[in-house]
Amino acid sequence: MEALIDLLQKNALTPREDIARMLDLTTEQVEEEISRLEREGVILGYQTIINREKWDTDIVTAVIEVKITPERDGGFDRIASRIARFEEVQTCYLMSGGYDLLIIVEAESLRGVAAFVAEKLSTIGAVQSTSTHFRLKTYKENGAFHHFEQTPERLSVSP
Amino acid sequence: MSIQIADRVRDIPRSGIRDFFEIVQSMNDVISLGIGEPDFATPWHIREAAIYSLEQGRTGYTSNLGLPRLRRAIAKYVAEHFGVHYEPLGEVLVSVGVSEAIDVALRAVLNPGDEVLYHEPCYVSYSPSVVLAGGVPRAIPTRGVDHFVLRAQALERAITPRSKVVMLNFPTNPTGATMPADELERIAAICVKHDLIALSDEIYSELTYDSVSHPSLAALPGMKERTILLHGVSKAYAMTGWRIGFACAPQAVIEAMMKIHQYSILCAPIMGQEAAIEALERGEQSMLNMRREYELRRNYIVRGLNELGLECFKPRGAFYVFPKISSTGLTSREFSLQLLREKKVAVVPGSAFGPSGEGHVRCSYATALEQIKIAIERIGEFCSELNARRAAA
Repeated sequence: MEALIDLLQKNALTPREDIARMLDLTTEQVEEEISRLEREGVILGYQTIINREKWDTDIVTAVIEVKITPERDGGFDRIASRIARFEEVQTCYLMSGGYDLLIIVEAESLRGVAAFVAEKLSTIGAVQSTSTHFRLKTYKENGAFHHFEQTPERLSVSP
Repeated sequence: MSIQIADRVRDIPRSGIRDFFEIVQSMNDVISLGIGEPDFATPWHIREAAIYSLEQGRTGYTSNLGLPRLRRAIAKYVAEHFGVHYEPLGEVLVSVGVSEAIDVALRAVLNPGDEVLYHEPCYVSYSPSVVLAGGVPRAIPTRGVDHFVLRAQALERAITPRSKVVMLNFPTNPTGATMPADELERIAAICVKHDLIALSDEIYSELTYDSVSHPSLAALPGMKERTILLHGVSKAYAMTGWRIGFACAPQAVIEAMMKIHQYSILCAPIMGQEAAIEALERGEQSMLNMRREYELRRNYIVRGLNELGLECFKPRGAFYVFPKISSTGLTSREFSLQLLREKKVAVVPGSAFGPSGEGHVRCSYATALEQIKIAIERIGEFCSELNARRAAA
């Protein structure tokens, strides 16, 4: 059902009957398949991509590289899930390379991010160091462009 | 003084598409299923490669035959995708789209009065190109019940002592038809038996669906030596505006084509050639992504049209469907014009692709799904209003 997942990833709001036509299935089959994917936890949720330039809030986004000391039992998993549970943390990846975790944090203000790093993140025993970068502008997010929308001009009828 | 236009040119009718295009141009908010090109812009990595070549100052003429690097890329690509091996420096010519290659190929092989057989409905340029090259066009009608496949029998029946060339275009614009391998083998055998030259326009070869792969005419026994294989990057790589096509054929034919090409065109534009190298060498994934998108839209539009009672087989190639509209009681031109005026949806009358296209219209699904969806709704309204009017009359 790779094609179904592709379609939902592109636009989760695509009407189910349209998906059915595209995949040559019945609407019922599509609905069944989607609920199966949801039930089995393949689909975790559906979200909206917001253009922050147009919907101006004070929310600050930061990317933080975190070096941690892995634990004897469980390696990075327990400490990563401990960090991921903070509500400021939107995304948390284990990375190869110069640091261990890459986390994306959202807060109401710069001060909020600073407080999160100083009071919550850095105080965790296994965290060796952090390096915080603030987002200035978004050009592309989850495959959607924020600025240069493309509307190629085509002839209206051509051979 | 009024300038007298040459008889040969005056007698060629304008393309039915051109006609229709002018009407559509004069209207606003038309949803067009009349477009014969991908709705995708050229994949970014290909555009980026062209920008890089401009930055490097590669802006001059190239060899008449095309950049050697591109011809090598073409030979490799054709070997991998079509299973036919050509000598890159002697058997490949880079042209300005397949359209130019058709013209040059016909002029290279036809003597006055030689007949060219081709299946119809077909691309709008076939018959006029033959006439302009001094040949005699002989259309072989194909039928909806056959899914517009060219039957070997029909081809054989059409052959006369003056027949010299068979032109094939599978997958077909405007029908989306593809050739089953066994029928194509029979066609090849006929070409060999009657010593015909095959001009095979395989521009849509990458765009086949239902996991069907494209059989190339040139790959069949006895065919390479008599086939002029035409292909290009326009459709598969969404590069129509770059104008890059190519011909692969025996060296003597390429040499003859090159003579005409060098005096009329000199060479294909270098920017397009540079971009084509990137497309052929590294474009596979971008092409597959677009093809997957086309396949979904094809499924959508075929089911939508059939649900409206417009009988439409599910074509396995190109990006066109060719539904039958004769049940509405209108000619394809009337249908298209009324649909355009009343519902602002543009489709192309089947008759633009030859008399055997009558009773059908061509709908392109190289258009965003949202547009296709609205178009189907409007075609549905149009058909039920037609029915109501007919019932009242």
